[in-house]
Amino acid sequence: MIISSIRSFGRYCTFMTQVFRFPDKWSVFGRNMLNEISKLGVDSIPLVIIISIFIGAVITIQMTINIVSPLIPSYSTGLATREILLLEFSSSIMSLILAGKVGSNIASEIGTMRVTEQIDALDIMGINSANFIVLPKIVGFVLFVPVLCVLSMFMGLLGGWFIAEFTTMISVENYTYGIQSFFNEWYVWYGIIKTYFFAFIITSVAAYYGYYVSGGALEVGKASTNAVVSSSILILLADVILTKLLLQ
Amino acid sequence: MIEAKNISKWFDGQQVLHDISARFESGKTNLIIGQSGSGKTVFMKCLIGLLTPEKGEIFYDGRSFRNMDSKQRKDLRTEIGMLFQGSALFDNETVLGNVMFPLKMFSGMTKKEQLDRAHFCISRVGLDKADDKYPSEISGGMQKRVAIARAIALNPRYLFCDEPNSGLDPQTSIRVDNLLSDITHEYGITTIINTHDMNSVLGIGENIVFINKGRCDWTGNDQTIFRSDSQALNDFVFASKLFREVKKYLEKEYDK
Repeated sequence: MIISSIRSFGRYCTFMTQVFRFPDKWSVFGRNMLNEISKLGVDSIPLVIIISIFIGAVITIQMTINIVSPLIPSYSTGLATREILLLEFSSSIMSLILAGKVGSNIASEIGTMRVTEQIDALDIMGINSANFIVLPKIVGFVLFVPVLCVLSMFMGLLGGWFIAEFTTMISVENYTYGIQSFFNEWYVWYGIIKTYFFAFIITSVAAYYGYYVSGGALEVGKASTNAVVSSSILILLADVILTKLLLQ
Repeated sequence: MIEAKNISKWFDGQQVLHDISARFESGKTNLIIGQSGSGKTVFMKCLIGLLTPEKGEIFYDGRSFRNMDSKQRKDLRTEIGMLFQGSALFDNETVLGNVMFPLKMFSGMTKKEQLDRAHFCISRVGLDKADDKYPSEISGGMQKRVAIARAIALNPRYLFCDEPNSGLDPQTSIRVDNLLSDITHEYGITTIINTHDMNSVLGIGENIVFINKGRCDWTGNDQTIFRSDSQALNDFVFASKLFREVKKYLEKEYDK
């Protein structure tokens, strides 16, 4: 188990040295990167919006129900909702969700390219297939992920506002006052910095699993599942390390 | 011309290729034949450079592949066209996009020149009206022809085909064979076809290498294959009832 993990890590590092080379043709790389931004990033916007609104709303409800003490000011609901969204949800939890969508997409796409010999075709042409296929995905998603993170923060807060506006659980004034109270700008940057790392983990780990698929459709499915599981674990591990480094 | 000298290859301690030597002439359709699992695909992958043989050397028109540096190998790659068993077309590109792909990456042509060349290649394989179609929208035979068009886009000196007839009906199969043969003669390409289709062997087998259990068992052509002394080759060639009948007929003809 340990030996196989070390071997996999070594192979992953070798794979990354193949990926991080100068592209054969910058114009083709640029076009591919824009395609990946559209496919992996822009196409994830609806999912981010829906999940963030609902989770923001749920957090607000939970906070309102659970914080019932005359000693705790009523604006605490908004404040707690904001802190949860900024510190953990919009970066870490959203990245875990995106690992499912984006990670499985990348692993299955590259895995299918492998089993249908499309990667061999690139190699035969003298193209660095790892660089050609994977680099635009990594760069594209890493560049776009802060947009998703900030969007998720905003939509989460909006979800809480809906609860304040359309229910009697908390007043809009208290909620908006809460989300503006004791605001620490660093928390936004902290969330964004974390998502850069998570985006790299999601794309590179999924690409690694897809690239080294051998067999057929069944193995592509397995690679896709393994990619999601591994990247999720690595995201959680990185979350602990980054939190210690950035917030202490 | 491609020449393989004493190629040996091992996987996990098991030898799959045993000292194979063979010459593949330019301007001819060279066939590598053999049963499934005989090692012909491994041999072809060694020839292309996808696998590195533990022993032996491969020469591309006298240039040793082993002695080439990475730049020379990269340059050599642009002289190679490859037709894969499953066509290996890029799913997210149209027919035109697939054929233009190597031109975009390597040719240094202007966009118009690339388009002209791609249209010429597409028309050469008889697919004039399929430019905008995606691989999933065309038949297996058409996919093979698109793959041929892509493989010849850069005017390759060497063309490798891995079981080009697999999954095709006999008529389409013959059409693909004839196309490969015509292109080979027209451009003087060194074409190496990996197959176990006897129709191909008889139709376009100008130079045939028979691989059996990882060894080069016999070399010849479509004329001499019926008169071989190799038991393994005879078992392979006359496996079907049709070819056993052909053999009987030929033996009667020879007796006369």
